[in-house]
Amino acid sequence: MSDVLTKIEIITRPSKFEELKQELAKIGVSGITVTDALGCGLQKGITELYRSVKKQDNMHARIKVEIVVCEVPVSDVVDKARKVLNTGQPGDGKIFIYELKNAIKIRTGEEGSQALRNNS
Amino acid sequence: MQMGDSVFMFFSALLVWIMTPAIALFYGGMVRSKNMLSTAMYSVGSLAVISVLWIVAGYSLAFSTGGNAFIGNLDWVGLKGVGFTPNGDYSATIPHNMFMMFQLTFAVLTVAIISGAFAERMKFSAFILFAILWSLFVYAPVAHWVWGVGGWLRELGAIDFAGGNVVHISSGVAGLILALVVGKRKNADAAAPHNLPLTLLGGMLIWFGWFGFNVGSALTINSVAMTAFINTNTAAATGIIGWLVVEWIINKKPTLLGAVSGAIAGLVAITPACGFVTPFASILIGFIGGAVCFWGIFSLKKKIGYDDALDAFGLHGIGGTWGGIATGLFATTSVNDAGANGLFYGDPSLLWKQLVAIVATYLFVGIATFIIVKVVGLIVSLRATQEEETLGLDITLHGERAYHESNM
Repeated sequence: MSDVLTKIEIITRPSKFEELKQELAKIGVSGITVTDALGCGLQKGITELYRSVKKQDNMHARIKVEIVVCEVPVSDVVDKARKVLNTGQPGDGKIFIYELKNAIKIRTGEEGSQALRNNS
Repeated sequence: MQMGDSVFMFFSALLVWIMTPAIALFYGGMVRSKNMLSTAMYSVGSLAVISVLWIVAGYSLAFSTGGNAFIGNLDWVGLKGVGFTPNGDYSATIPHNMFMMFQLTFAVLTVAIISGAFAERMKFSAFILFAILWSLFVYAPVAHWVWGVGGWLRELGAIDFAGGNVVHISSGVAGLILALVVGKRKNADAAAPHNLPLTLLGGMLIWFGWFGFNVGSALTINSVAMTAFINTNTAAATGIIGWLVVEWIINKKPTLLGAVSGAIAGLVAITPACGFVTPFASILIGFIGGAVCFWGIFSLKKKIGYDDALDAFGLHGIGGTWGGIATGLFATTSVNDAGANGLFYGDPSLLWKQLVAIVATYLFVGIATFIIVKVVGLIVSLRATQEEETLGLDITLHGERAYHESNM
């Protein structure tokens, strides 16, 4: 059993969230954290017009999904995410992968891979 | 006293009353969330201050019958002699104090409209002081000119059914002067409405109240009142269409804010004319009103470069000016025999009188407002500090926030 903890951060379109959540559950990802985010990338901005006053907004509404895995292979998560989130248009988002030093479950004090499990 | 008319006027006064809180929502939705409450406070402040001022002296200065061509006198100060008995000079069929209350709602509304020009940056203290002086020294005289017994525009034969000069041109021009003197907002280009549904609600309540404003100005239910009713709704509708057509062509998208603004533009434009023109004319007056106000806000504002934050001048000044001219074009005695025939009905002199009334209102309101603003500026600072403006006037001037969104 691998004890390497990996954090996968996915920034993507809010409209894809439900689908992504369901697909991740299917491959055994048990815990995720989701944050509303704003960001810009290659996608063009949106122009708002209020009584002809232009407001250029190149910040797009996105979500940031954070997942920490140990037993679930990182490649599975990445493959699933790419499959679900890829529309072929700019603005699909990015996936970032980090290696983690440790994880601690606040309730029990369990560390490392144990912190990701439900042992009680 | 006639009960039917009195009930009608009571209802009309209530309708006009609601327009001021409606302006609080209409304007409040158009500013950034950090200035929602301070913007609404200008309207609530108007309700408080002008309501009292009108009783104390405003009504007497505007409507007392013993004054001169320019202003009434102090005979009716504190409503002395203004009781339940009708005053035949204004209406023989409703209580005199009912007429006074109806007019009070106009005086309150006018000051609230001005606040759109300097929203997001003017100090509340400066606004209150300004409101007191402006209502006494600008609103009351202009109301006297147009509607008061002996008022010079009334004597001249200029016609203004429900306040195109008194309410709309005067508030719009005052707003323009304030926007110029107080100066532009920091980051005005980044400002965007924080809650357009509130603006929709406020705007539609303004339209609703406008029925009291225009129809009630007949002071009785007769054929003129019904024509005013029809014209008011028609012009608001075509105001929407006029605005949206131009907006759609120029900006490629018809917006809800544009639709609500177009309705207000149409309502402003028909106000002086509503009891003097045919419903067919109201279609044109509203449509052109919507289009012209769009032009004013889209083009004129950029050219001159003033920051009329919520377009008090753009809607009320420009729409009111067009309405006054339109009255001179489309008025016909076939609708109202107490009115006059306009240019299209064979009498060019009415158009001339309307132009005199408009120019006189611009000049007087512009100069008097400028003086008042300068006087207020000597006593208190007009403008919030840069820090206050950045943080928003709600929290810095009033110590409260419109929205508490965090759940922490």
